[in-house]
Amino acid sequence: MQDFIRDMSDFHLDVLREVSNIGAGNAATALSRLLGKPVDMRVNRVLSLPFNDITEYVGGAENLVATVFSRIEGDIAGNMLFVMGAAEGRALVRDVTGESGESEELSDMAQSVLQEVGNILSGSYLTALSDFTGFDLRTSVPSLCVDMAGAILSFGLMETGKSSDFAILIDGEISPGVEIGNEKVQGATGHIFLLPDPEAFSRIFFALGVHRYGSH
Amino acid sequence: MAVIKVGIADSNIAKAPDSICTLGLGSCVGVTLFDDVRKIAGMVHVMLPSTELARTSTYKKAKFADSGVPELVDMLVQAGASRTRLKAKMAGGARMFSFEDSAKSIGLRNIEACKEALRKLGIPLVAEDTGGSHGRTIEAFPDTGVLEVRTVSKPIIRI
Repeated sequence: MQDFIRDMSDFHLDVLREVSNIGAGNAATALSRLLGKPVDMRVNRVLSLPFNDITEYVGGAENLVATVFSRIEGDIAGNMLFVMGAAEGRALVRDVTGESGESEELSDMAQSVLQEVGNILSGSYLTALSDFTGFDLRTSVPSLCVDMAGAILSFGLMETGKSSDFAILIDGEISPGVEIGNEKVQGATGHIFLLPDPEAFSRIFFALGVHRYGSH
Repeated sequence: MAVIKVGIADSNIAKAPDSICTLGLGSCVGVTLFDDVRKIAGMVHVMLPSTELARTSTYKKAKFADSGVPELVDMLVQAGASRTRLKAKMAGGARMFSFEDSAKSIGLRNIEACKEALRKLGIPLVAEDTGGSHGRTIEAFPDTGVLEVRTVSKPIIRI
């Protein structure tokens, strides 16, 4: 049987990459303002992946990650996840607060900093998406969870799972630059994943006027 | 001794001395069935409670509690297990994010649906580690009938 998520055309995947480009670019600008230093948007990937490969993509099902999850509601529905490794999360908290937490665990304060950063990033991503598509979009109150990647991401895949065994992962990777001496090195990297509900895709393509192109 | 891996919305069986595991259960539920005499175990990683939620005419049975659990029983019987000897242990069904309504969380619905599926099949649920708000990795040992549950921040438990 045809699975429209697995079988999405390259043309439409390219359109989603452009959507991600605009959203993640806006989020990177917002983070840059918050940190008062440049933030790179490094990679934009749009991949149609089987569920198990999605957890591999973020380092395996048991990899410890900090994730801020928001549910998108309005003209389209879906999930937005800001995912970082636990160590990267601590580095980001250091960048924001200027304090170096020594403990391995994320303190309550560190968790609320991450939650707020995730909130700002999701909000700015969504604003760009809304401007681009003309959609009326809002998010639920974002919620932070620090746990195994598999346990967190499988929750985000629940809606998609009703229609498919694949999900389209729209990944915008952002990272603040860190200067050591004169050298600029890679800072903490975070992923902003957009996981639209299956019904959202045709609406996105329709809104952008490309629903007739690139079909099979 | 091999460790057989079960992915999301998948199922498999293992015979002693091999073990069988699934990684990173959140709101999903891992149902494990044991035949202690034949030393065979089966595991299914259930993602959603009911096939009524499926929006397509064909789907992976292991994805849903009401189709995945009976399918696992059939797999075990085909592999030589006795249907009447089977007993179940399960784990998972957490509520991962605070915004989820605890009374209607998908984790809770998955737990209830797996229990209902077992009841219909007449298989006793002898142990469980379900609910809460944390992820779990589980490994079942057909040799001893033990289900090991590992989490990020708590000691390993064996049920």
